[in-house]
Amino acid sequence: MRRALPTLYILFLMLPIYWLVTMSFKPTTEILGSFTLWPQAFTLENYAKIFTDPTWYNGYVNSLIYVVINTVISVVVALPAAYAFSRYRFLGDKHLFFWLLTNRMAPAAVFALPFFELYSAVGLFDTHIAVALAHCLFNIPLAVWILEGFMSSVPKQLDETAYLDGYSFWRFFLRIFVPTIAAGIGVAAFFCFMFSWVELLLAKTLTSVAAKPIAATMTRTASSSGYELGLLAAAGTLTFIPGAVVIYFVRNYIAKGFALGRV
Amino acid sequence: MDAKTENQRGWLYVLPVVVLVACNAVIPLMAVVNYSVQETFGNNVFFFEGVKWFQQVLHSERFHAALLRQLAFTGIILVIEVPLGVAIALAMPRRGPWVSVCLVLMALPLLIPWNVVGAMWNIFALPDIGMLGRLLNGLGLNYNYTQQPFSAWATLIAMDVWHWTSLVVLLAYAGLSSIPDAYYQAAKIDGASSWAVFRYIQLPKMKRVLTIAVLLRFMDSFNIYTEPFVLTGGGPGNSTTLLSIDLVKIALGQFDLGPAAAMSIIYFLIILALSWIFYTVMTRGEGQS
Amino acid sequence: MARITLQELRHSYLAHPQSEQDWALKRLDIEWTDGGAYALLGPSGCGKTTLLNIISGLVRPTEGRVLFDDVDLTNVPTDRRHIAQVFQFPVVYDTMSVYDNLAFPLRNRRVPEAEVRATVLEIAHMLDLQDMLRMRAARLTADGKQKISLGRGLVRADVNAIMFDEPLTVIDPHLKWQLRSKLKELHQRIARTMIYVTHDQTEALTFADKVVVMHDGMVVQIGTPIELFERPRHTFVGHFIGSPGMNVLPCTVEDDKAMLGGQPVAVQNPAKAALDGRRLELGVRPEFVAFAAAGLPVAVVKVSDAGRYRIVETRHGTDRINLLVDPDVAVPGEGAHLRFDPAYTRLYADGWLVE
Repeated sequence: MRRALPTLYILFLMLPIYWLVTMSFKPTTEILGSFTLWPQAFTLENYAKIFTDPTWYNGYVNSLIYVVINTVISVVVALPAAYAFSRYRFLGDKHLFFWLLTNRMAPAAVFALPFFELYSAVGLFDTHIAVALAHCLFNIPLAVWILEGFMSSVPKQLDETAYLDGYSFWRFFLRIFVPTIAAGIGVAAFFCFMFSWVELLLAKTLTSVAAKPIAATMTRTASSSGYELGLLAAAGTLTFIPGAVVIYFVRNYIAKGFALGRV
Repeated sequence: MDAKTENQRGWLYVLPVVVLVACNAVIPLMAVVNYSVQETFGNNVFFFEGVKWFQQVLHSERFHAALLRQLAFTGIILVIEVPLGVAIALAMPRRGPWVSVCLVLMALPLLIPWNVVGAMWNIFALPDIGMLGRLLNGLGLNYNYTQQPFSAWATLIAMDVWHWTSLVVLLAYAGLSSIPDAYYQAAKIDGASSWAVFRYIQLPKMKRVLTIAVLLRFMDSFNIYTEPFVLTGGGPGNSTTLLSIDLVKIALGQFDLGPAAAMSIIYFLIILALSWIFYTVMTRGEGQS
Repeated sequence: MARITLQELRHSYLAHPQSEQDWALKRLDIEWTDGGAYALLGPSGCGKTTLLNIISGLVRPTEGRVLFDDVDLTNVPTDRRHIAQVFQFPVVYDTMSVYDNLAFPLRNRRVPEAEVRATVLEIAHMLDLQDMLRMRAARLTADGKQKISLGRGLVRADVNAIMFDEPLTVIDPHLKWQLRSKLKELHQRIARTMIYVTHDQTEALTFADKVVVMHDGMVVQIGTPIELFERPRHTFVGHFIGSPGMNVLPCTVEDDKAMLGGQPVAVQNPAKAALDGRRLELGVRPEFVAFAAAGLPVAVVKVSDAGRYRIVETRHGTDRINLLVDPDVAVPGEGAHLRFDPAYTRLYADGWLVE
């Protein structure tokens, strides 16, 4: 009886996903012509099209490139910053931390146009790095926040012992401290990956052809050629995969991730 | 936590973060402020206009309507998602093989690109070929989200609940797993009812993560753009035009940079102010202990 | 108030225990008389907490019965057993005041508010908490919080037994002593059964009238502190209790006499030849060993000063033998001999006292 609620909820979560996945295996005629709960004329045609047409599969490659770049940048610069916030008091530290968090609240819509102008001005428009840098706006504050929480739960004695043993700061940081909070880094990377992967507005604004994300390719299909629903469904289904793979790897940590981050 | 040492070297370590975020936040924000006080007739010729755009936006019926819709949307999804998420987290098994399965399945919607979420619900709810649309109409309901504002709102909210309740579940679950077994045992010994266990043990221990959950859901729902844009495009009419959608319509659709910029700033300030109020109210009384 | 009887109790945390090692508790029969002060003593992982949780009903035993005054309560849930328990880490309801914490178990049982008030005030007074009743429980120190957990047990009039699961673990050393004497005083005042789980022999011996020593899922001895000291029933009890612990020396039996290093040693219990084939040991506490002109030849290894006495470590062959000597007694250099007090020297077979 107690399990009824989670079960129903998961069922509710799976229904739209099921509908999208089955639709991706249906030919257009079946989608538009009749209402079927599972594919009657099973086809892989939609997937074949995506894997053979470079405008489609490049979308995936582009998305993955900027997501990975963003995750790496966010975590790497957030590590020393989070360390400073968790270990030191310095001029304006609390205000700085709060200011960082306010950027997490910034509506992407507000920044879309100025971003376009900024990145055009410096000649980065339509590059992977532009999207990766733009996503730093909300991912770096998040990464700092999560990592700071994990680091604060590591006793300061660890640092002191290492310094007494003659470690220099960076050697201690890279050889001892970073491995100690590996779980936190995993969680932070997971959230950075997630928010960069799912964001579209900025990614679409900052790209046109060369770095166009898969999600943007899909919006064009959805609006301009409404009848290609099967193709759209197949492309959508494929966007689940990176997320699902990443979740699988961090499944034991996600539940703890935010619990250790402090407000 | 007073073990922190005074060390200005901290600035050195936060410098890369500050530079990166500042480039991304301060420069564009300055551009927005700049637009918000100027008028242009094209050709990059600008005139200083003072607070004209601000006054215009603040008195515009269109802005009021969008803000009202935004507040209604955020209010409704918070009222549904937070209690639902907590209830699901409470009913989940604490240990065993099912925990991982549940968490992985529940986290899945969080990792789907936002426009795919919109597109998926668009297809799912289509009255003629969508599963949900077919089902509701089959039950005798008159449902068509492309034409009826009420259906559009219901779909929008169902979609957001589908998309984001899991975040509340994950956070609440994390809060619950941090409660030592001894608390439940002591409560059993004290003869506490399950309501008392919830009220005096689980809720206090979840308070911190719930604060985070409410804040995140508040900020993100206030910023929502892609999903409703793909699902309904703000329609039918303007019935689901939330703040972000309206803003993009003005800025990129009509290219009214001044009013759009002024609106951006007002919008941002509203989020900041409301987040601050939420934060203060939810953490009230924690300061002394 | 009740007499608690545990009959043929066995417990395993596995669904299908196979070997002997799968059992956390290996067959126990214990009777706890009403109003006694018991300590459950043993090293970490010996099954103490499991046993405690079985009595309180938090764990249901795999086999056996739990009786309260001859009524079988094995399958009765915790809240109907009228048990109070204080945990290792203080459990308080953070959001409530100290007063509300103490009143919580009574309010849950729908006791009238006037009665709640009278009882809470009385118990608060007993625990020296009367000045803090209005404070938020979260703001108390660890010992204050442990007093609250104890108080929640004391307020209930119907409590059959109060159990303590290593309650002083997180308490500062100088407060430990205070809290311990408070417990002892409370026991004398209210005369309820108290069961105190600990791995610290000082805590156990000072608190309890009877100590239950556990080892590896078994009860090895139940007795007063004196009995445990003077007549350990198992070599484990001998070396776990006492500082330093009992000397345990491998030996043989010939012609009904215990032999150590080729010499007969007088023992208090009968040394029967029928013990052949079992592992035989002599047990004698350092308190009952003394230097003598003749006896077991040993070499002195080390002398350490422990204040009122000195601990002398000696060696006979590969066996180490400790003894305590007064500061004014000279420790012989070469050719030392030891004598064991026959009244306190016993023979053990496979670890158990030969009777």
